[in-house]
Amino acid sequence: MAEHKNYKEQILRISGVNPLKCMRCGKCSGTCPSYDEMEYHPHQFVYMVETGDIEPLMESKSLYKCLTCFACVDRCPRNVEPAKLVEAVRLMVIRQQGQNHMKPDDIPAQVDEDTPQQLLMSALRKYSK
Amino acid sequence: MQRIGVFVCWCGTNIAGTVDVKKVAEALKDEPGVVFSADYQYMCSQAGQDMIKDAVKEHKLTGIVVCSCSPRMHETTFRKTAAAAGLNPYMVEIANIREQCSWVHKEMPIGTEKAIILGKAAVAKVNLNTPLIAGQSPVTKRALVIGGGIAGIQTALDIADAGFPVDIVEKLPTIGGKMAQLDKTFPTLDCAACILTPKMVDAGQNENIRIFSYSEIEEVGGFVGNFTVKIKKKARYVKEDICTGCGLCTEKCPQKKVPNEFNLGMDNRRAVYIPFAQAVPKVATIDPNYCTMLKTGKCGVCAKVCTAGAIDYTQKDEVFTEKYGAIVAATGYNPISMDKFDEFAYNQSRDVITSLEFERLTNAAGPTAGKLLRPSDGKHPHTIVFVQCVGSRCSHDAEKGKEYCSKICCMYTAKHAMLVRDKYPDTEVYVFYIDVRTPGKAFDEFYRRAVEEYGVHYVKGMVGKVTPEGDKLKVLASDLLADKQLKIDADLVVLAAAIEPDKSARPLATMLTASMDTNDFFTEAHPKLRPVESPTAGVFLSGTCQGPKDIPETVSQASAAAAKVIGLLCKDKLTGNPCVASSNELMCNGCSSCEKVCPYGAITYMDKEFRMPDRTTKLRRVAMVNEAVCQGCGCCTVACPSGAMDLKGFANEQIMAEVDAICK
Amino acid sequence: MQVNENFKPLIVAFCCNWCSYAGADLAGNNRLNYPAEVKIIRVPCSCRVNPMFILRAFQRGADGVIICGCHPGDCHYTSGNYFTRRRMSLLFSMLDYLGIERERTRVEWVSAAEGAKFAATMNDFVAQVTALGENKRLEDLRCKE
Repeated sequence: MAEHKNYKEQILRISGVNPLKCMRCGKCSGTCPSYDEMEYHPHQFVYMVETGDIEPLMESKSLYKCLTCFACVDRCPRNVEPAKLVEAVRLMVIRQQGQNHMKPDDIPAQVDEDTPQQLLMSALRKYSK
Repeated sequence: MQRIGVFVCWCGTNIAGTVDVKKVAEALKDEPGVVFSADYQYMCSQAGQDMIKDAVKEHKLTGIVVCSCSPRMHETTFRKTAAAAGLNPYMVEIANIREQCSWVHKEMPIGTEKAIILGKAAVAKVNLNTPLIAGQSPVTKRALVIGGGIAGIQTALDIADAGFPVDIVEKLPTIGGKMAQLDKTFPTLDCAACILTPKMVDAGQNENIRIFSYSEIEEVGGFVGNFTVKIKKKARYVKEDICTGCGLCTEKCPQKKVPNEFNLGMDNRRAVYIPFAQAVPKVATIDPNYCTMLKTGKCGVCAKVCTAGAIDYTQKDEVFTEKYGAIVAATGYNPISMDKFDEFAYNQSRDVITSLEFERLTNAAGPTAGKLLRPSDGKHPHTIVFVQCVGSRCSHDAEKGKEYCSKICCMYTAKHAMLVRDKYPDTEVYVFYIDVRTPGKAFDEFYRRAVEEYGVHYVKGMVGKVTPEGDKLKVLASDLLADKQLKIDADLVVLAAAIEPDKSARPLATMLTASMDTNDFFTEAHPKLRPVESPTAGVFLSGTCQGPKDIPETVSQASAAAAKVIGLLCKDKLTGNPCVASSNELMCNGCSSCEKVCPYGAITYMDKEFRMPDRTTKLRRVAMVNEAVCQGCGCCTVACPSGAMDLKGFANEQIMAEVDAICK
Repeated sequence: MQVNENFKPLIVAFCCNWCSYAGADLAGNNRLNYPAEVKIIRVPCSCRVNPMFILRAFQRGADGVIICGCHPGDCHYTSGNYFTRRRMSLLFSMLDYLGIERERTRVEWVSAAEGAKFAATMNDFVAQVTALGENKRLEDLRCKE
């Protein structure tokens, strides 16, 4: 249990998200384009982090179904930023593995300047598994 | 030298349990000025008060110290006692030995020691007290109501019923406000017009009420009982007293393409218009932004058809000044703009509408004559999605929306959903909610009827995205209880937009020096005990300008504000708080420091002639405090560099004496 | 500095009539204990507190002075506590310069509903001043009996 708490703390620190701000309206899940692909949906993600139930999240494929489109971040009325939590959990997985998949050569030669940095990073992690 | 009497209260065991009251009375006996000292079980009781009165007579007391509960509790009681005994009520000081001593300390010696010190401080203060007489000011027996919605109308009617003249200032051409736009009202489903328009007529015909429609407040001066208000009556290019309201001009005007704001732009009106059939005053108004005659000088159709000869293209804005004793703010609300909520496609599709627009769509006097038809193609919608909390309950750091709950949306959405299912049973109605909040008389029963009797689909979840596709609206939403994402092909989407105070409220609050919260709602003098008064004396609050409210609450608050106004106007003279600032003219150097910090504008400067020792006279600029305006905060006394400014009842000397007594 | 085990500091608290004084009353109503060293002086608004009063208190042997007012934005007189905040930050830095430690002075916002906060603040402040010991600076020895 102590370890779980540690996970939660780290995730909150990495993401800078406060899941207690969530009022459970479900707008994130109502807007998520990958909803049907996911085992755990964005609103559940926020709730599970809040309750410290993080291991199932780390083991779930849902983690890599998130497209990091930021629709949930953009539309959340409480400014909770679920996508940042997803990314933080992904990072936790990597830290647990002790691997870092980022290779400089993999960065595409041409990157649209509007591309969020986070999207780039997550793409690297996702496809270099 | 004062002759002070000290009275130590036991308050049963409340004080006597932790404070040795006999010892306190004994210790205070020898303080300077004290000629009498006693203790009693309940000083606030009739017997206790009689004891004080007797002691005043017997010992010729000039000052009283009561060691008892908090002055917030019984200061007024003991001041009245003093007055009854022939003393100036402000010669009484309270040493708070209950709330701030016996109740927070456990040991007798400690409590007793502190009680003695608090008593000494009070004695030291009374030694320097001077009799204070509250200033009086006359009251102008006329009230001003700003805003002519249901709140303003109700307040005005109640004040007028009590026999006082009232003026309503309304910025639009007619009174009626938002309620005039509504179709039915929850939870009784009364027709809004049927219950509002008689009140509008009453207000229009009441001889105590004057309605200044199409007018705005320009400037507010003065203070409680004596406000001076500049009102601007905008030119409507129609002579109000001559126009009969026949409406011929509004039918003949060739400029037909003016968005009709009464129907929220869903249809058009002419450049000369009467907002709606039951308008009060029923007078036409020419819209200078669209009138061809006013813009180019070529038209004049309305003047030709007007049999009464009421059209006057040369009319100018008119500014006049009126005097009032009390002012009621009833500026109301507006739905927030949907511009920032791109995900609901409000600006992309005409079939995504706000709830207020939905009211017009179902209103018999609305753009569709009461038939529920889609604004885009005029077809009957078969699937309607209602979205709750659009812009309400947002985080303070979110880019859009309001932090508060708009309060009325749950109920009006239940009403809309129910009415749709009642009139058009072939229509599927979905309501997406976060919580359904129905605290109110017969409110929850109403919502349950929508679900149980009318079969409205209530879905716990939120709509994430609306996409117009062909003649459908693709609605993507979550169903949290089923843990599903729903995709609904809707014909009409109705957004329960949050409500916000009218934009005119902020500049008005500045003019009234009434305070506002961060959302631009007026703040009340006390959130629980003085909910209809503004902290600024003489300014009262009515309706949604103070916070989101439904109609019954608005009307109750409107009547409550009226009662407060009547209470004020009934008085011939207003007795102020005598603990106000006063400036010593001989010490004042005219620097204006006090004037700058005064939140009430109570300090003015005047040139005054002073006699000099060499028998010449000299003009000097000195500060003057208007005692009726000063609320006695004392900010100026600290700002004054020469020490000329002092606060009666809390004078520098008195507080210093208290400090000395405590630090002895 | 010698530490006296039995040292009881003398604390003067200025409380505004509308919020903090009512908060102190509420602490009493709820029987929330705080040390008897705190003696409260009622003022209409925290902005009524003249820096002179504070200097006087230190001169007469007070060991700490605390000023309590309404929360920013909640002042009964609209803006009084903003003046307090500015004036006191100037005064406290001057007192600091004169050798009266910052810890001996404090401005705190306590609303009428915050009885618990009032008691907690006083407990904390008294402990803080007790740790500093007796205040020797500014004290006018002629005032001592």
